[in-house]
Amino acid sequence: MTPLQMIFILVAAMTLGAGLMVVTARNLVHSALWLVLALFGVAIVYVLLQAGFLAVVQVVIYIGAIAILMIFAIMLTRNIASESGPRFNENWSWALVIALVLFGTLAWMLSGWDGIAAQAPAISPRFDTVRELGLALVSPEGFVLAFEVASVLLLAALIGALVVAWDRR
Amino acid sequence: MIPLSWLLFFAAALFCIGLYGVLARKNAIAILMGIELMLNAVNVNLVAFWRYRTPEMMAGQVFAVIVFAVAAAEVAVGLALFISVYRRRKTIAADELDLMKW
Amino acid sequence: MTTETLIWLIPLPPVLAFFLIVLFTNRNRALSHTLAVGAAFLSWLGSMVVFFRAISTEHLGEHPFVSSIPWLATGDTYFRIGVQIDPLSAATLFFVAWTVLMIFIYSVGYHNYGQPKGDHDRPGLPPHGATVRDAHGHEHHVPSIEPMYSRFFAFIGLFAFGMYTLVVSDNLLTLFVGWEIMGLCSYLLIGFWYGKPSARAAMIKAFITTRIGDVFMLLGIAYLYSLTGTLNYREIFYNEEVLRHLAETPSYIAGFSAAALIGVLLFIGAIGKSAQFPLHVWLPDAMEGPTPVSAMIHAATMVSAGVYMVIRVFPLLSAGYEETHHLTQPMLFMAFIGAFTALFAATIAVAQNDIKRVLAYSTISQLGYMIAALGIGGYVAAAFHLITHAFFKALLFLGSGSVIHGMEHGVLHTGNHHVDPQNMFNMGGLRKKMPITYWTFLIGGLALSGFPFVTAGFWSKDEILADAWAHAPLVFVVLALAALLTAFYTMRQISLTFGGEPRTKESEHAVESKWTMTLPLVILAVFAVAAGWVGIPEWMTGGAIPNWFHKFVGGTLLSHPEALPFNAIPLLTSLVVALGGLGLGLFVYRDIRAGASDPMESFLGAGLYRLLKNKYYFDEAYDRLFVQPAYWLAETFTSLWMDRKAIDGVLHWFAYISGIIGEFLRNAIDKPIVNGFGDWVGESAKKLGVFFRPIQTGRVQQYMVLALFSLAVFTALFYYLLLTAR
Repeated sequence: MTPLQMIFILVAAMTLGAGLMVVTARNLVHSALWLVLALFGVAIVYVLLQAGFLAVVQVVIYIGAIAILMIFAIMLTRNIASESGPRFNENWSWALVIALVLFGTLAWMLSGWDGIAAQAPAISPRFDTVRELGLALVSPEGFVLAFEVASVLLLAALIGALVVAWDRR
Repeated sequence: MIPLSWLLFFAAALFCIGLYGVLARKNAIAILMGIELMLNAVNVNLVAFWRYRTPEMMAGQVFAVIVFAVAAAEVAVGLALFISVYRRRKTIAADELDLMKW
Repeated sequence: MTTETLIWLIPLPPVLAFFLIVLFTNRNRALSHTLAVGAAFLSWLGSMVVFFRAISTEHLGEHPFVSSIPWLATGDTYFRIGVQIDPLSAATLFFVAWTVLMIFIYSVGYHNYGQPKGDHDRPGLPPHGATVRDAHGHEHHVPSIEPMYSRFFAFIGLFAFGMYTLVVSDNLLTLFVGWEIMGLCSYLLIGFWYGKPSARAAMIKAFITTRIGDVFMLLGIAYLYSLTGTLNYREIFYNEEVLRHLAETPSYIAGFSAAALIGVLLFIGAIGKSAQFPLHVWLPDAMEGPTPVSAMIHAATMVSAGVYMVIRVFPLLSAGYEETHHLTQPMLFMAFIGAFTALFAATIAVAQNDIKRVLAYSTISQLGYMIAALGIGGYVAAAFHLITHAFFKALLFLGSGSVIHGMEHGVLHTGNHHVDPQNMFNMGGLRKKMPITYWTFLIGGLALSGFPFVTAGFWSKDEILADAWAHAPLVFVVLALAALLTAFYTMRQISLTFGGEPRTKESEHAVESKWTMTLPLVILAVFAVAAGWVGIPEWMTGGAIPNWFHKFVGGTLLSHPEALPFNAIPLLTSLVVALGGLGLGLFVYRDIRAGASDPMESFLGAGLYRLLKNKYYFDEAYDRLFVQPAYWLAETFTSLWMDRKAIDGVLHWFAYISGIIGEFLRNAIDKPIVNGFGDWVGESAKKLGVFFRPIQTGRVQQYMVLALFSLAVFTALFYYLLLTAR
């Protein structure tokens, strides 16, 4: 077992554990903090996959923006962060069954797939992934249309969020 | 090198945990967190397949970036909705928001 | 403009005038009569152009002007309607155009255009005259304008449309359409003064009587169509194969070929329209209408349509005649009816005192001549007499209208409204008062009598007599006798009206009519003389002048009829009867004093005279035979017995049974089965809804669980099936 594998197992265990805490924690603020940990674990997985730019983006956007936004929302909606009342609704057992069945099915299907044993090809040192990603995002041969659509979507979400949350009183 | 299967199983497990959160949690913000976990699992998959299948094509990373954008937008609109709902009904418990019931 | 296009356009102006007057210009008299006369003039102009192009065309009979459009899809082919001008219709168009235009102009004067409104005039009654005060304060009674002036012009516009349509059409169906339009107009115009009960009765009588003939005619048309699949003139009457086929096909009636039966049916239509015995009764009563109508329509134009139609279908009537030289059954029938009518109507005319009625009976008699001429194969003679008669009879009628107008003036002057301005015994000496009317009337009367060598009537009547002498001597005798009577009653009429001294104060004060009335008289008088010159037999001029009319109209037929050789007997006969009749009339009636009785009465004996005066009591007989039984049938039999008792009884029984059936259906079928099923469907849907309602919680997460659960189940099922299928 290589050190890289060791690191991955540790990070994965940490991430999954944090994920479990996110969905089970009684206190919503705790959930949010566990979410930050899980997202950080994913960022480390990106690093392990040699996607350094995404790792940075993960930290900056997810942890720095989204998670913080959630904490703000929790604090804005008073007295729901308390530990009173049940965490789960009455469907939780069904949800557990479905989640487990889905995982079982996915595991079964993945193990039956012959591409599961693929080896990662080496990336030449001269191949700059960040530069290539940047080019792919803005070149007409690449994904400029999707990129622009995403930007419009973000603008729409911005305006939509403002309109929806506006206190008209 | 990490085997691809490990990454995929990790992503599947993360996805199922997120799904459980979405289905079972009472609080709407917690549901949103579950969705974030599911999106992250998807992103892990995208990046893993990029790395292990076609590292010379940036499609996997590009899609991951777009998922980031979608996630950000979703969170912004979702949280705005929750705040708006909370203002009117003093609750954001998902099982109490049953206006569409018969 | 091509001739064919022009032919299409000829009937249109009058009908446009009709609609414009009825819809827009009804209030404006001047505009209305300008429209109507202008339309008549346009049609006249078109007709003249077409006529002169027609006579300058060689072999028009073989290649007439034709144009048609597909009109009605009948199965896999089209029924085509169109226009056609062949020699016969060209000649007819000529006299129709002239007489129609003349009558339109005449009507302006006859209805007192330019006169003041009457004192007590009401729509539906003839004008009664107006009182005007002159500069010196004297009151004068003057004729007043017709209250429904515009309406009259609208009606005669429609009438002219019908006549033109009939003449230019190339098939029997559109001919029938024009025929019926004229029937309607005849009804409307006879009853123009609908305030008079006699006019109302006359209009109904005319309509119903002609309708009897029309029904038979329609039957004939339908039978013809069912046998040949076409009603086009060229395809039937100018087609030897079709004619032979029709002549050889036996009909429903034993002994009659199809051609003969169709011919007789169509001829019955003409009996009604042309007022032949026994359907002649409507024509004298039609004199109830305004004189331009009763005159021209029922003398020159509309009744001519019947004869025109019979001339048109002559090839059918005579199918088989060419080979055998035996008169066919329809021809025999026509010869009998025509000759009988000619004599019979002439005898009635002798004893009539009403100036218009004499002319009415003379019309019936002259139409009988034409029918008889056709019956003995005198195709050209009949067409010739049709045209000359149209001119001189229009002239005579318009002249009589002018006379009546003058007499009415006298009546207004004396104020004695009990004097009948139409009774010839109230007239006398009018030749000095109304010179133009006198001379033109004299020309018309001489033409009617067949005054030798000058007038049109002589040539046409002589041709008929010559034909009759050559083919059917019995017919010849009857027609010659009728001609004698014709000359006699014509002279009687002229002598009583214009000759001698005035018999009443009214006739002393009669005045000549306006130029709008006298101008048409003069023009028609020219034709009454000159129309005959186109058909002078060749033996008369020694062949120097060809008999143009004979050659022209004869070309309409497949086998051109031969002109008859000279024969002295018919010529001498017509000379004798015409001059003899005229002389006798002049001798007997030359000087009748006021209050004197008719010399005929003493000559014939009171009984016979009364019989003639009352028209052989035909009206009374028809009343007993048809009208009274019809009333009885309607009132007693149909209304009381059939309708109230039999039909109502059956209907009540049906209603009762229906009630029982309905009750049974309702209780046994409708309520338990139909309603039950409907209720069950509704209830089931409701129960199903109640059963499924709990899953509709409104909670998003529950929906998701359900959806994913179902997805899982179906995925599992799918994979299971996929695996077992392998």
